[in-house]
Amino acid sequence: MQQNPSSAPIVSLRDVQKSFGPLLVLDGVSFAVERGEVLALIGRSGSGKSTALRCIDRFEKVDGGEIVVCGHRVDRPDVDLRALRQDVGIVFQSYNLFPHLTIEQNITLAPCAVKGLAASQAKDLARKVLAQVGLEEKLHAYPEQLSGGQQQRAAIARSLAMQPKVMLFDEVTSALDPELTAEVLKVIEQLAADGMTMVMVTHEMGFAKGIADRIVFMHRGKVHETGPASILTSPTTPELTQFVGTGNLKS
Amino acid sequence: MSLQLDFPAVLERWPSFLGGAVLTLELAAFATVFGALFGTLAAVGRGSRSPLIAGACKVYVEAIRNTPLLVQIFLVYFGLASLGLKLSAFTVAVAALTINVGAYTAEIMRAGFEAIPRGQIEAAEGLALSRLQIYWHIILLPAIERVYPALTSQFVLLMLASSVCSQISAEELTAVANYIQSDTYRAFETYIIVAVLYIILSLVMRAGFWGLGLVLFPRRRRLGTPL
Repeated sequence: MQQNPSSAPIVSLRDVQKSFGPLLVLDGVSFAVERGEVLALIGRSGSGKSTALRCIDRFEKVDGGEIVVCGHRVDRPDVDLRALRQDVGIVFQSYNLFPHLTIEQNITLAPCAVKGLAASQAKDLARKVLAQVGLEEKLHAYPEQLSGGQQQRAAIARSLAMQPKVMLFDEVTSALDPELTAEVLKVIEQLAADGMTMVMVTHEMGFAKGIADRIVFMHRGKVHETGPASILTSPTTPELTQFVGTGNLKS
Repeated sequence: MSLQLDFPAVLERWPSFLGGAVLTLELAAFATVFGALFGTLAAVGRGSRSPLIAGACKVYVEAIRNTPLLVQIFLVYFGLASLGLKLSAFTVAVAALTINVGAYTAEIMRAGFEAIPRGQIEAAEGLALSRLQIYWHIILLPAIERVYPALTSQFVLLMLASSVCSQISAEELTAVANYIQSDTYRAFETYIIVAVLYIILSLVMRAGFWGLGLVLFPRRRRLGTPL
């Protein structure tokens, strides 16, 4: 554990290296996320941003460097994965709701199985987190009965039910049309307003600009430029200039 | 050419037929339950990180799938006997059928496990579920759901294949038929009746599996999706 957890970053990466075979995906990546901060990881496809995010929850094992998440040394082989993942919530591009379970069962499963919550308490919790994402009426629906945006909001609710200290979002709106994207982004905005610490990989530049406290622009496995959201409008490196120039910067 | 069928002479032995049919169904029921459990464990074992466990499961599956059921039954029957174990023909039959259907179940379940998207498992891992909890809550039912038709067909096949247990004098339907036809000299009639009884048993099993499916897969029931 950290000496002074209240002031230590929730997430910190230092000189993280990661290769897939001969391909160097992360080449000395470092950044930190403070409590209550929203950090947006941006960059081209293949720049390593999703891999960096997945390393935080140890879905990828790093080859070198140090990752500390809520006091857990994630880079070490003996890290307590289940303790780590109780502190970290992750939401995926493809929602990954469990298709054979109702939305309520999707949400109550982990609190009951992992934290030993009583069924009645878990059900109350499910109602609460579904209200947070505006889906109270879908409690007893199955995932396939929901739209993509609703499924993604339910997946966010499922993560919230574990009361994580930090939430990771891996391109959570990439599979959605603009209208459904908007409803998901609204939920994430509300979480940010409530003070949730978040790391998000996103292609929604307008959204990143609006919500992120800090931007990390990744390029060829390195943190190429980092700074407040304003770097999106006044980038200093030619690569970021080109990157934001090619995308349509919605505001 | 004239064909003369005398069903009444054979049908008066109906209590024997019924007894045989019930025993066949019992054999099939026990072997299905044990074989499903055993085969599922073998399927999990084949995915084990330990090469010893994975290898043992593979050898088991391949050995069974490449030898005749009758030989397997004799191996269990004479094997247990030479070990000094005196078991009833029924017990031996259940054991042999379990070992046999377990191998086929393992292959079918393995296909079901492999069909579960990686994202499902990652989502479960992300929620801090343990490996065992993931198998139990996330993988098992959807895997069974995907292969349910293949799986249940295999169990019906098992029931039909149990007729070779007549060779170790388990008193199942075919064994009963053998006695009756040698008693009455009405072989054709006897086996027509036996064939009809096997069809009825198959239909009973299929209906049972259909009903079980309704219980196991409530989503299918709610959304009206056929299996």
